[in-house]
Amino acid sequence: MSGAYDVVIGLEVHAQLLTRSKMFCGCSTVFGAPPNTQTCPVCQGMPGTLPVINRRAVEFGIKTSLAIDCIVNADNRFARKHYYYPDMPKNYQITQYEEPLAEHGHLDIEVDGAARRIGIERLHLEEDVGKLIHEGSLETAQSSRVDFNRAGVPLMEIVSKPDIRTSEEAGAYLRRLRAIVVYLGVCDGNMEEGSMRCDANISLKRAGATPLGTKVEVKNMNSFRNVQHALEYEIKRQGRALDAGERIVPETRLWDPDKGQTVSMRSKEFAHDYRFFPEPDLPPLNVEARWIEAVRATLPELPAARRVRFMRAHALTAYDADLLTGSRALADYFEAAVAQCGKPKAVANWILNELLRELPGDDERAVAACAISPGNLAGLITLIEDGTISGKIAKDVFEKMYRSGEDARTIVSREGLTQVADAGALGAVVDGVLAEHAKVALDYKAGKKAALGFLVGQVMKATAGKASPGVVNSLLAEKLSKL
Amino acid sequence: MLTDLTIHELGARFRRGDATPTQAAREYLARIAALDPTVKAYLTVTGDAALARAAEADARFKSGAPLGPLDGVPLGVKDVFCTRGVRTTCGSKILEGFVPPYDATVVARLLGAGAVILGKLNMDEFAMGSSTENSAYFTTRNPWDLSRVPGGSSGGSAAAVAADLAAATLGTDTGGSIRQPAAFCGNVGLKPTYGRVSRFGLVAFASSLDQVGPFAKDVLDAALMLQAIAGHDPLDSTSAAIPVPDYAAELGLGVQGLKVGIPAEYFIEGLDAEVEAAVRAAIETLKGLGAKTESISLPHTEYGLAAYYLIAPAECSSNLARYDGVKYGLRVPGARDLIDMYSRTRGVGFGAEVKRRVMLGTYALSAGYYDAYYGKAQKVRTLVQRDFQKAFERVDVIVAPTTPSVAFKIGEKEDPLSMYLNDVFTIPVNLAGLPGLSVPAGFTKAGLPIGLQVIGKAFDEAMLLRTARAYEAATTWRERKPELAA
Repeated sequence: MSGAYDVVIGLEVHAQLLTRSKMFCGCSTVFGAPPNTQTCPVCQGMPGTLPVINRRAVEFGIKTSLAIDCIVNADNRFARKHYYYPDMPKNYQITQYEEPLAEHGHLDIEVDGAARRIGIERLHLEEDVGKLIHEGSLETAQSSRVDFNRAGVPLMEIVSKPDIRTSEEAGAYLRRLRAIVVYLGVCDGNMEEGSMRCDANISLKRAGATPLGTKVEVKNMNSFRNVQHALEYEIKRQGRALDAGERIVPETRLWDPDKGQTVSMRSKEFAHDYRFFPEPDLPPLNVEARWIEAVRATLPELPAARRVRFMRAHALTAYDADLLTGSRALADYFEAAVAQCGKPKAVANWILNELLRELPGDDERAVAACAISPGNLAGLITLIEDGTISGKIAKDVFEKMYRSGEDARTIVSREGLTQVADAGALGAVVDGVLAEHAKVALDYKAGKKAALGFLVGQVMKATAGKASPGVVNSLLAEKLSKL
Repeated sequence: MLTDLTIHELGARFRRGDATPTQAAREYLARIAALDPTVKAYLTVTGDAALARAAEADARFKSGAPLGPLDGVPLGVKDVFCTRGVRTTCGSKILEGFVPPYDATVVARLLGAGAVILGKLNMDEFAMGSSTENSAYFTTRNPWDLSRVPGGSSGGSAAAVAADLAAATLGTDTGGSIRQPAAFCGNVGLKPTYGRVSRFGLVAFASSLDQVGPFAKDVLDAALMLQAIAGHDPLDSTSAAIPVPDYAAELGLGVQGLKVGIPAEYFIEGLDAEVEAAVRAAIETLKGLGAKTESISLPHTEYGLAAYYLIAPAECSSNLARYDGVKYGLRVPGARDLIDMYSRTRGVGFGAEVKRRVMLGTYALSAGYYDAYYGKAQKVRTLVQRDFQKAFERVDVIVAPTTPSVAFKIGEKEDPLSMYLNDVFTIPVNLAGLPGLSVPAGFTKAGLPIGLQVIGKAFDEAMLLRTARAYEAATTWRERKPELAA
């Protein structure tokens, strides 16, 4: 099928807002509390209760809208979306429909060095639903319980235009979007805990053809990797089906990460009639220009700008700057370390090559919980730069720092890892090695230059790696020339 | 008897020390015990709580620190309001066993003013109806003629005041549910401007139309009740942050020089001759008091009923979706699966009128019909609002009949459409969100009360009360009482 079809992908991202209280009541939004301990009559949809809009949630929505260049609508309002499900207290969800908070934005991404602009259709606010807990599996459960702790938690939905063409672009878009919401402090970006959720709409059409193909929705992807794999799977599946002359069915499919495939969940041909209508319990929400400007004034430096600054101020490559600014915590970590040791390139290398390999994930919490503080990393780099330890020893010290949280100098002095650069002490070791490997020394003299490396290695071995390679090299050169 | 007295008369006795709140509560509870089996106004009587609160009020009067005009006054509230720890049925089987852990804001405000709440009053299920025959429990009787309906949906609230089973009560008015029963039962019923009174804790029927208001024995009492419940509530985003005037202070201003509009569309074929005569006589009385009358036109009145019966059911279908048997109230056991549980519970829990409106509303909101029905009805609503806006550019207040006829017999109106016509004069006021009041304006030869409706500008309840008070002071209708025997 390769090249025969154009791929059209649109993403809907739900981001849970980091407000302390719910979208329409004062209940806490803290994750992981015992079931139904964070509920009140309002978020349980009890008779007679009424919603009150969380101002902070609106502010977070405005903030995000500005960061992705959306136009914030002065007049926007909430609507009711109806369907029956036991985890939904009112059997309707309060969301925004015809008049969303913001529209017409875009997000710039880069894939393999090529820049692409992905349009943003809209950004709107809504409330989350509760969670069903089945006793045993869904099919055999004798009873099911409902936990309403999550019901009413504020969500922001960001809908892209169908501008995405590949799974890599989808991944890049999601990473950029995640970095932005985390930078803004409006969402923790944790996909595993469901703070960020993504649904994808994907269709294939014959290359160059104008009519769009039949759209399939893929849900249940809880990591960037899942999204990319699911989309790759769907592109292949739909391509093969079209090759075989089959019709693509409009449907919702779920990604099964264990089987590595998407499976049909329900047909869209019996689509639900949500009977949207304006929420009569909430007056229209008027977002004044003054409010928007006040929020704009609180915008931090965003990833794109920070990336450019890192490249300019710290002479980093685009690749390194991109990786470092992909997470606010990582970028903050980098800047804090550089501020202390003044070696941006070395700090970047240590973070990207060593630290990221050790961290359990590259999310904000993993970085924040890391045992090596930026100051300690800077200390390690300073020890290398001033010749106290060798690069090889430094890697061992780094490992120890990561396990213990101690600073580099403490470990180096306790374990006697200081580099030996004393020519007198090293001279004796060199003499010993030359005596022991007289034949190798003669080979070298005979022109076998590679033999030098072996001899250096022997000296390092004899000093447990502590010998200064520069001093060893010059001592060997001197003594070999005298042979 | 203390039960004959108005709020202000009762309060005066308490202050003078001629009577205590406990005496008043006991008299009311005794009268309820004696007469309510006949009138059937109460769904729940909370005697112990009432006596406990009355004793607290006694202490306040004794110490010389009463809370205000409602302190120690025995009141009743429609069962549409949530009451903490007291069962709330909304006249429906589906809320059976529901005991809210919170008070409606209006209930909290009455309690905060020291009022003694005697119990919860009967109503049409979820406030849908004009006769209280749609209550899932029983039909309330009209104290003036026990074979007749008290009106609805706040029939229990109106009948309780008419039969002296409470000094005053609270009801709700979505399409006339305060004014129509007030007219049928011969008391003062006030539907305030939409947004004047909090709807928090009021079990919703149609959110954009529902409004809370009092039933009272006279206009001053209505003013005192409104004073206690009006004002912004942070729990209700649709409640207005507009200052509440001192209604009682403005009552005596009279109608001298006021411009009173008489809408041609409210004097139509089908209007009962005795009602028309009484209303015309009332207009003459107002003229005699110095008001100037002016003929006005509200041309979209005839479409109001149709628009209302799309908007109200649409909102009700949405508001009532939460009654699904999952969290509280009735659940019919033995279901095969989830959908079966929903269907059985709602099938048994809702009465015919509620089901009719839920189905109507679901249809009106469904994809493909939204624009033709709900969308169109909203446009009509705007036209009705503009009619009133235009009229109020010329007049200060509008008067009209409250209802086309007087209280009808129980079981007389079996056809829902003929029942709906009862609200033809009250519904446009709800669509426009304006305040409306019904004040007694006479009796038919058969001795049934007739109501005069006064309609005002938004948030100008003071004008309604002042007009109604001037009229009330010039007439003697409120001296007549229904004859009731245990």
